[in-house]
Amino acid sequence: MDLSLLEELNAERAARRAAVVVTELGSGRQRLVKAAAVEADPLAPQLAEALRTGRSGMLTLGNERLFLAVEVPAPRLVITGAVHIAQALAPMARLAGLDVTIVDPRTAFATPERFPHVEVHAEWPDVVLPRLGIDAFTAVAALTHDPKIDDPALIEALARDCFYIGALGSRRTHATRLDRLAEKGVPRETLARIHAPIGLDIGAASPAEIAVSIVAEIVGELRRRPAADKRASEPAASGQAA
Amino acid sequence: MAGTVAGAPAGREDDVLEAAARWRREGRGVALATVVETWGSAPRPVGSHLVIDEAGSFLGSVSGGCVEGAVVAEAAEVIADGAPRLLEFGVADATAWQVGLSCGGRIAVYVEKLN
Repeated sequence: MDLSLLEELNAERAARRAAVVVTELGSGRQRLVKAAAVEADPLAPQLAEALRTGRSGMLTLGNERLFLAVEVPAPRLVITGAVHIAQALAPMARLAGLDVTIVDPRTAFATPERFPHVEVHAEWPDVVLPRLGIDAFTAVAALTHDPKIDDPALIEALARDCFYIGALGSRRTHATRLDRLAEKGVPRETLARIHAPIGLDIGAASPAEIAVSIVAEIVGELRRRPAADKRASEPAASGQAA
Repeated sequence: MAGTVAGAPAGREDDVLEAAARWRREGRGVALATVVETWGSAPRPVGSHLVIDEAGSFLGSVSGGCVEGAVVAEAAEVIADGAPRLLEFGVADATAWQVGLSCGGRIAVYVEKLN
């Protein structure tokens, strides 16, 4: 691989844009195809499919064996609420490979001292989230208990099709929240995408344990959903249980 | 969306592809190893990277530790002669057994020089 190709690839990754490196294993010839240029590529259908699933893999064309190395943006976690649970969740999520961003307009909470190595925005979610460009590679966890902060984040997350959306609060709190968001015009079936109470039900009690349950739930959404998509697109004839 | 956490987010110290570029810019001889195919229960998914320099330092993983030693040894030759290699490891292979892919899987690893 040429260093120039690798640096171009790394620039795409840093900008959160997807790309594929196509390698001819026989000759070693390589090219970088950026997501925006996929349609013009001779391998457009195969590359589009690779980008859709996010899976790298081999491709055989006649006698030529190709490897498609798919680089999609690293998943990101945006947390509203620079709270105690967030202090445990941020480092755990980083270990799991997520880029973490914290948003909380309360300047006493949203400080770099409380959140080392994490991007912290002491601003309102409806101001900062559109700027962050949250997308289908982003998870959003609403942890403040304060509708003024959490609701705008949830509305934005649903509108941007974030792959995971979770909200802290009891079932009763969540029922009230659903009514509130429905009144603001969010369809009920869209609201069903919110995971609440947040986190897998493992009886978590401490902030750190709740953080474990949230990370586990996010990983589940990240890893299981594409597998389900793949099964749905396969012909029924091959559909024995995996 | 699967495979999105195969590496650390770009820009981080432990990001394998960032490290590969950085090491090369520093003038080191560098090889990049990538899992291109897996069969059975392979420890690391297709697309996982290991970057190796001429002194044998490495970052990342292609097998969770089972065959890294063998890949690092091959990488030294790739750095020396510049020719890419496709390596296979699995329980059917005596060498692979020695280097210890004991999980029962088989993997193919493409090793190329970073020019």
